[in-house]
Amino acid sequence: MAEQMTGAEMVIQALVDNGVEHIFGYPGGAALPIYDAMFQQDKVQHILVRHEQGATHMAEGYARSTGKVGVVLVTSGPGATNAVTGLTDALMDSIPLVCITAQVPTTLIGSDAFQECDTVGITRSCTKHNYLVKSVNDLSRVMHEAFHIANSGRPGPVLVDIPKDVQFALGTYLGIDEVGASRHKSYHPATSGDSKAIEAAVDMMLKAERPIFYTGGGIINSGPEASEKLRELAELTGFPVTSTLMGLGAFPGSNPQWMGMLGMHGTYEANMAMHDCDLMINIGARFDDRITGRIDAFSPGSTKIHVDIDPSSIGKNVRTDLAIVGDCGAVLEEMVRLWRSKTNQPRTEAIAPWWEEIKGWRARNSLGFKNSDTTIKPQYAIQRLYEATKGREVYITTEVGQHQMWAAQHFPFEMPNRWMTSGGLGTMGYGLPAAVGVQVAHPDALVIDIAGEASVQMTMQELSTAVQYRLPIKVFILNNERMGMVRQWQDLLHGGRYAHSYSESLPDFVKLAEAYGGKGIRCDDPAKLDAAIQEMLDYDGPVLFDCLVEKHENCLPMIPSGKPHNEMILPDFEDDIGAVIDEKGRQLV
Amino acid sequence: MNAHLQPSGSAYFLAAETQVPERHTLSVLVDNEPGILARIVGLFAARGYNIDSLTVSETEHEKGLSRITVVTVATPKVLTQIKLQLERLIPVHRVHDLTSEGKSLERELALIKVGGSGEPRAEALRLADAFRAQIVDATTESFVFEVTGKPSKIDSFIALMMPLGLIEVVRTGLAAISRGPEGM
Ligand SMILES: Cc1ncc(C[n+]2csc(CCOP(=O)(O)OP(=O)(O)O)c2C)c(N)n1
Ligand SMILES: [Mg+2]
Repeated sequence: MAEQMTGAEMVIQALVDNGVEHIFGYPGGAALPIYDAMFQQDKVQHILVRHEQGATHMAEGYARSTGKVGVVLVTSGPGATNAVTGLTDALMDSIPLVCITAQVPTTLIGSDAFQECDTVGITRSCTKHNYLVKSVNDLSRVMHEAFHIANSGRPGPVLVDIPKDVQFALGTYLGIDEVGASRHKSYHPATSGDSKAIEAAVDMMLKAERPIFYTGGGIINSGPEASEKLRELAELTGFPVTSTLMGLGAFPGSNPQWMGMLGMHGTYEANMAMHDCDLMINIGARFDDRITGRIDAFSPGSTKIHVDIDPSSIGKNVRTDLAIVGDCGAVLEEMVRLWRSKTNQPRTEAIAPWWEEIKGWRARNSLGFKNSDTTIKPQYAIQRLYEATKGREVYITTEVGQHQMWAAQHFPFEMPNRWMTSGGLGTMGYGLPAAVGVQVAHPDALVIDIAGEASVQMTMQELSTAVQYRLPIKVFILNNERMGMVRQWQDLLHGGRYAHSYSESLPDFVKLAEAYGGKGIRCDDPAKLDAAIQEMLDYDGPVLFDCLVEKHENCLPMIPSGKPHNEMILPDFEDDIGAVIDEKGRQLV
Repeated sequence: MNAHLQPSGSAYFLAAETQVPERHTLSVLVDNEPGILARIVGLFAARGYNIDSLTVSETEHEKGLSRITVVTVATPKVLTQIKLQLERLIPVHRVHDLTSEGKSLERELALIKVGGSGEPRAEALRLADAFRAQIVDATTESFVFEVTGKPSKIDSFIALMMPLGLIEVVRTGLAAISRGPEGM
């Protein structure tokens, strides 16, 4: 029902109407009317963060672990600029966010007023769409549209900038049904996918002898049903399945058809199978450069099918033979149906030689590492963490670096939405606030941030948020006293000259945890690790776990810059990784 | 199946560019709303696409639609990306590549100020007549000509005016439309 209310009240009402229960924010002068409206209601719970970047990553963790839109509320100027990293992160990883920024009053816009910045200008290229609302009567429509755009098609962050006078102004609120079709008749993302193309894909699959499913974050975004359909299709066909970093969990890590992650730090078998396959079925992945390695040597002999909801992803990096623009879940469902109607047999016999080959690659044990009785190997720490938490409802977030890749390699997932990591942007400082966001959405679950000692210091202050809201997140720091990934690249490319990749003057993480009101645990002995992990899990509150690990471990296997998939550095190649890359490769990232 | 020797934004791309850049005219139908031009131009800048010419104007007031004509130079693969990336923008309705869709009409208008007296002035007038340029302003020592046509025609007219006392030129940029009964 159309109702008279202030702009600030409309914001709250629109959140309620769009099913929002939690928002992550930080107040300031221009946002005060919205905060005042928030104060006078109890439908939406506001989580007060310690830095606006934290709010954006919390909203990302919340969104990724629930499939709902994550919501952020910040003030004008510095509030908005602090949110930019998280918005960019969400854009790169296709995470649905709505970010409400307050703005100086319309009459002051353009006057360099106190805490004014050109928010829509600054965020134009790091949002899926953004709005500056200049009239209160546009506000309800814009809010509903923002939620629709954020969560449909290829999801992404949408920003709504609301000047303070618009927050105070009285106007007519329209509900979701009353605003009718969105103003943007131009926006109608594809959903189902062309049925002829899907049929052609299934026909190719029926003839394939060396097929592989290359899956990505699109399956997670499509919802849990898409993961179900992938499992069904994999079972029906008997094909091997690999995934990008963003797609982990869509296919069970315990399934015999699971090949492990692919790409720069993916398994040998996944990358070799990608290189040698005759049919690549890409579902919801985007041929990112961490995946393809050297493009001109990428899977040279294969026919490529690409399913993506975003047409611009298709053919952007790699030429595909068959494009299907549509939602992964819908396309997978149709593939399952067609496969069933054409045959009821997996291609077990036809692809048996392919599986034999894969078995050979698997035997290289590319995730193997030399364990030690005296120092904790980071891979071992993750394996023990996995064993200690197996069977529980566990959500893992990460920071960015070696620990992130080790987590992806050594912590298998059985379900989608259990793994939150910053893939596209690679944002250090993502994991701790993301864990806070996940814990808000799943108060009874076990939420662990697998962290590096450098990354975690970028957003450490959000531990205070966790303490305030009694969110028992566990921050498991693989402390190598190095920016390990940077150090590894300096070995690889720069003759081991470790320019500023030490973590010097590290805080005492145990005392730091205590200072924040959480618990600190330190462990440097492999023999005591299990007990220490148990202590962490038993503690009902936030924990910083300072796990002192081997300082010079390299993250392997690795496809070095400028090399194709079939030239990986494997773990048995321990000697001089500095000799692997040639002059040209050095220029790459 | 394929050699994948195509250019790419990939950090790993080492092979040389094999496709040849072409000049194409794109017609973009958009919602006329604040910031739309910044979105389009920002996209070209952020992704490193060229803009040779750009014109914008509201074309259907009741529907709030504007038409943007962009002339760009890019390889066929990048052209496809430009079109798809433009279509990703929420207020963009449709993008037509008029060059690859075949026959289209392209027109531009220029205002050209020419100074001088005596024989060069008379010569400028004769040429203006041949090009069907209108005189839209005149003083005893100058003219402003208005000339409309294909960009190449305007180029030639400007070249001819150069030695005859050309003072300054302003051009609208390209307006383009497909031939035949179909609309966008
Ligand atoms: C915000 C940000 N700044 C810089 C980088 C570049 N970078 C990537 S990994 C890394 C080091 C991470 O160190 P740490 O968190 O200790 O993880 P480790 O690699 O040691 O496991 C850096 C500096 C980044 N990804 N993000
Ligand atoms: Mg480290």
